[in-house]
Amino acid sequence: MGKTLAEKILGLKSRSEAKAGDIVIADVDLAFVQDTTGPLTIRQFKESGFQVLAKPQQTVIFLDHAAPSPSGQLSNDHIFLRRFAKETGCRIYEVGEGICHQLVAEQFANSGNVILGSDSHTVTAGSLGAFATGMGSSDVAVALALGKTWFRVPESFLINLNGVFPRGVYAKDLILYLIGQIGADGANYKALEFGGETLAQMTMSQRLTIANMAVEAGAKVGLFPSDKITQDFLIEHGRGEGYKPLYPDAEANYERVISVNLSQLEPMVSLPHAVDNVLPVGGVKGVEIQQAFIGTCTNGRLEDLAIAAEILQGKKRHPDTRLLIAPASRQVLIQAIGKGYIQGLIEAGATILPPGCAACLGLHQGVLGDGEVCLSTANRNFKGRMGNPEAVIYLASPATTAASAIRGEITDPRELM
Amino acid sequence: MPDLLLKGKAIKLGDNISADDIVPGRFAHLRSNLPELAKHVLEDTVPEFASRVKSGDFLVAGKNLGLGSSREHAPVVIKMSGISAILAESAARIFFRNAINQGLPVLLCDTDKIGDGDELEINLTGGMIANLTSGITLNCSKMPPLMSAILEEGGLIPYIQKHKGFKLL
Repeated sequence: MGKTLAEKILGLKSRSEAKAGDIVIADVDLAFVQDTTGPLTIRQFKESGFQVLAKPQQTVIFLDHAAPSPSGQLSNDHIFLRRFAKETGCRIYEVGEGICHQLVAEQFANSGNVILGSDSHTVTAGSLGAFATGMGSSDVAVALALGKTWFRVPESFLINLNGVFPRGVYAKDLILYLIGQIGADGANYKALEFGGETLAQMTMSQRLTIANMAVEAGAKVGLFPSDKITQDFLIEHGRGEGYKPLYPDAEANYERVISVNLSQLEPMVSLPHAVDNVLPVGGVKGVEIQQAFIGTCTNGRLEDLAIAAEILQGKKRHPDTRLLIAPASRQVLIQAIGKGYIQGLIEAGATILPPGCAACLGLHQGVLGDGEVCLSTANRNFKGRMGNPEAVIYLASPATTAASAIRGEITDPRELM
Repeated sequence: MPDLLLKGKAIKLGDNISADDIVPGRFAHLRSNLPELAKHVLEDTVPEFASRVKSGDFLVAGKNLGLGSSREHAPVVIKMSGISAILAESAARIFFRNAINQGLPVLLCDTDKIGDGDELEINLTGGMIANLTSGITLNCSKMPPLMSAILEEGGLIPYIQKHKGFKLL
């Protein structure tokens, strides 16, 4: 019997057979925390009596969720995390460096790695062929100390992608469509594994967007094979040696196979208050929005800003719609400045926020008011997610969000392209 | 170790109660002050929960409890509220693991058979729930033995302190 990608990686990292359903103890190549889950993780690490990190250079703290800090309490959490980094010699990425998942992709994740983060969107690094998954503070605290964790080897769904994206349709539309098909718990405890002819043309930026949202279908991991595109990305980021080819076996056993012909897709929108509440954009056209937000670990990369800049070029945001843009990392921001995207976006009326999570999780930099509607490129639209339970959030691609910012209402981006 | 026989009242919630619902993100500044954070448990979704919950009660949910964020503060504040066990039709992966790691039992069963306010008796060893109000007995799905062992020790940290690592059973 052949192996899935999930079985292969966990088998290598646990030196065991690792069939779906098995419990394995696997080596952890990278463990990280962010500033809203890190303090609890570090306190648990200390309360357990641990003092030394198993792998200080593969332990990372990211200050990204509340960055720059909006309150004294969160600033104190930052102090606590900085002090821990000094004490233990782990790495720390300061305010303004960017979102943990983007920095993990740019600087750390290699194919075949096991990556744990105390953040559910750790699945993003599955785009690079890493078994990357989010866990809570206790699990990450133990992984920091032991360099290991336990897994139940998941069964896998094969997501077989064929065809090419039509004009105005992007990776975000595909993953929203898939989550609508699978449901918010349809892949609970499972691995999503992406395959099919389309992958040969699918950029790493697109893969990052797709893997990022695997957790919104309940999945433990969203895995891409490690191929030529993975290799090119790793070489471009100075980690060519981190590449190894990694594919599922032809006879691998999948619990479910879902095939999607990309050429049939339309721009999609996720409606309040559930990510799997998905419709083609036509179904919500004309909904007025007070805020448009482009950024996050889902859609804050250079390709995303390029799409937004192209649509907004020479145009203005609607006078009743705020347009917030947060690049996913410092590198993305520098590149976007170099390409002229930031200039164009500012001229269109955008407010540029510092690299980081920004308005996504309701702490700062764009908290919504009562009754307000936000169209966002983020991954979650739960009630209260953007800091106010009296507000509502729709999710869409950067193209749909940029087009909607111009019209002040949810707009099919194909009308402005 | 949690008590093996638990008795209490059901507080019934619906489907898809997210980790954001349990601990809203806007209270992130209170995460290093857990007693203050715990006052806001489920505040936006089930505003009456905090005043209603009594020590020993059971949180009974529908599908996909705890979806979304990995914030372990969610089971932490549920436990601090006095809840002695969680029953759900299904639970999101990270939340399930976090609750067990906090020594808070999560039993997966047909929670349609439990009404709000029902008196329940839970036998953790056998995974059996007796609904004393309706007279119905429910079976729960089994956890992997490693998770049961973690729960028996009262959570992951005490488990690791005792065993100095993971012991595969």
